[in-house]
Amino acid sequence: MVVTGVGVITGLGRGWRENSEGFRTGRACFRPVTLFDVSRRRARLAAEADVPEDVAVGRLPRRRARALDRAAKLLLTAAEEAWAQAGLDGLRRLPVVLGTTSGGMELGEAYYRHAIEQPDCNHGQAARVLRYLSQTQPMALAGAFGFRGPITIIANACASGANAVGHAAGLIRQGREEIVLTGGYDALSEMVFSGFDCLQALSVTSCRPFDAQRDGLALGEGAAVFILESEARARARGAAILGEVAGYGAATDGHHLTQPQPEGAAAAASMRAACADAGIGPEQVNYINAHGTGTPLNDSAEANAISQWAGSFAARIPVSSTKAGVGHLLGAAGAVEAAVSLMALRGQWLPPMPGVGEPDARCQFPLVREPAAAALEYVLTNSFGFGGANATLIFKKRP
Amino acid sequence: MTEALDRGVPLAAPPLQRPGSRRPLPFRSVPAPTVKFPFLAHPRLRRASSLTVYAAAAAVEAMAALKPSPERRLGIIFCVTGGCVQFTRRFYHEAWRETTASPVVFPETVFNAPSSHLSALFSSSAINYTYVGDPATVVQGLGTAAEWLEDNLVDACLVIGAEENDWLTADAYRHFSRDTICSEGAGAILLSAEPAPIELAAITDAELYLSAAERAQALAEVSAHFPASATTLLCDSQTGAAARDRQEKAAWADWPGPRLSPKKILGEGLCAGAAWQCVAAIQALSRIPSAIAHVAGIHEHAIAAQFLRAQT
Repeated sequence: MVVTGVGVITGLGRGWRENSEGFRTGRACFRPVTLFDVSRRRARLAAEADVPEDVAVGRLPRRRARALDRAAKLLLTAAEEAWAQAGLDGLRRLPVVLGTTSGGMELGEAYYRHAIEQPDCNHGQAARVLRYLSQTQPMALAGAFGFRGPITIIANACASGANAVGHAAGLIRQGREEIVLTGGYDALSEMVFSGFDCLQALSVTSCRPFDAQRDGLALGEGAAVFILESEARARARGAAILGEVAGYGAATDGHHLTQPQPEGAAAAASMRAACADAGIGPEQVNYINAHGTGTPLNDSAEANAISQWAGSFAARIPVSSTKAGVGHLLGAAGAVEAAVSLMALRGQWLPPMPGVGEPDARCQFPLVREPAAAALEYVLTNSFGFGGANATLIFKKRP
Repeated sequence: MTEALDRGVPLAAPPLQRPGSRRPLPFRSVPAPTVKFPFLAHPRLRRASSLTVYAAAAAVEAMAALKPSPERRLGIIFCVTGGCVQFTRRFYHEAWRETTASPVVFPETVFNAPSSHLSALFSSSAINYTYVGDPATVVQGLGTAAEWLEDNLVDACLVIGAEENDWLTADAYRHFSRDTICSEGAGAILLSAEPAPIELAAITDAELYLSAAERAQALAEVSAHFPASATTLLCDSQTGAAARDRQEKAAWADWPGPRLSPKKILGEGLCAGAAWQCVAAIQALSRIPSAIAHVAGIHEHAIAAQFLRAQT
């Protein structure tokens, strides 16, 4: 199945071009959090996105459009770009598979604060609870673009976006659907920021994946949306093909709710499954966009997993994590990193991590620390989440 | 559950306490267990949410039908609308009002925490999804499980729908239907590639609706998939709240077969409720050759699944 539309928004900016340039040069976009109070938190920085004023509300009723939450705006912004690129105007049925971890969490927070502070005042509460639900953002998407079709929301923590893209690709590959809108989205929220902060998972310096001195992750927000369709359908309508989803693998790590099994067994299984699905071996993978959160335990487990999966070939596969630039986008991470993988394939470059110093001793592979050109045919991207949710996608270059 | 459905009397709904308000919030909570479940001794379940415990109880019961096998690839699809509301509310309150928030509680608030615990409980490293959405999500989950079996990704797959009580959920639902009584619990359905006495025969498309008019049309489209049959049980999603039930009643007005509305007895259990419908439909196959679980959804999808007594 092939990709005929991509839309993306992150802290780096809005759209393929701006993000592609940011990822190619390794630009970081962390700044003090402005969306909520972080004065009692250890960490104070995140990669907030500039949510555009001119969100594509399309056919949404005016009242509904005015009430869109931050997560919905991120999703719609990315979807608008993908929709236009794929040229889908007039499409009436379109299945949707999206990943998210927290949907409209900011509205859930507002609902709770209101319920506590004004327990007998219902004003605005119905709208808050309705728009908090994770299905509301994809429903707004269907309303805005005027299509209908089944919505599937995968909430597999930080692997959600990759699971969504992989699942959507499977629907097409097995002939169950001809075209699917997929991706992931998540907005920053006080609840989630506080959660990672209290776990002491957030960096108080800077996010440096695979650095021997790394001290945690940084959060970000954003969305990436893809239009996947069967090659036959794409060719029949003359759509531009941006790349191919060549493989998808998933596995579950039962070691601990928040910590990976140190040797990365399930992560390696996920990579093996994706390679088997793509019909390739590790020697054919030209770049790995790692999950690479920047936390001590995650990165060492992933490094071990890469070595376990690739064996001696690991020494030849460049690896980087774009979370060094845009942070961890949680439910959107896998989707945005899938977009980065496509950008790298299209542009034939490697996304660098300029702030990373001495690599962790477990890294038996070259880390990409400076912008570089490269000949890429296959790119593998990993997404691992709480609960041991592991997902791997492989993208193939298309001329 | 079966006894309650056989009695046909709605379960009691003692009100939940809500801070700062005297408004009663009736809720059908899961009764305290009279025995200690052995699975609760699993290290992953000691501090887990009520949601996880309910899901595990239902999953363990469903898995009893399958002989243990370490080689079996057991997929898990956990379906939920509200998630771990109790821990989420507690954690957010601490983060909002207190100096510190509990790092132990936060990971349990994540949507996929229960499904992760289930994979650990059954020692499964196979694919595991958490689906979030309105109650129709459970039947979508059944569809995905069937596809995974067909694609040889798994040898068996548990589909679980679960919810847990909280005054916040009851308060939230009250904004949309004052006559509906919410409830909690879980239901689990095990699909297997091995021959079994019951077959999942059909699942309709999930029909998305964005308005009341579209909902009526979606329900009509789903019901139109099934030819009228006097020997097929219709297990619907009516709760007894007239305004919410009206469209579903109209869509199936001419159904000639017997009917069952588990949520009139058990309450609006959201994804748990949809799972109960499926379980009730499956259990009915001891008396009738075919049963349909129809889930009208609360604001997203309408969908239905048909189960058949297998030909022997």
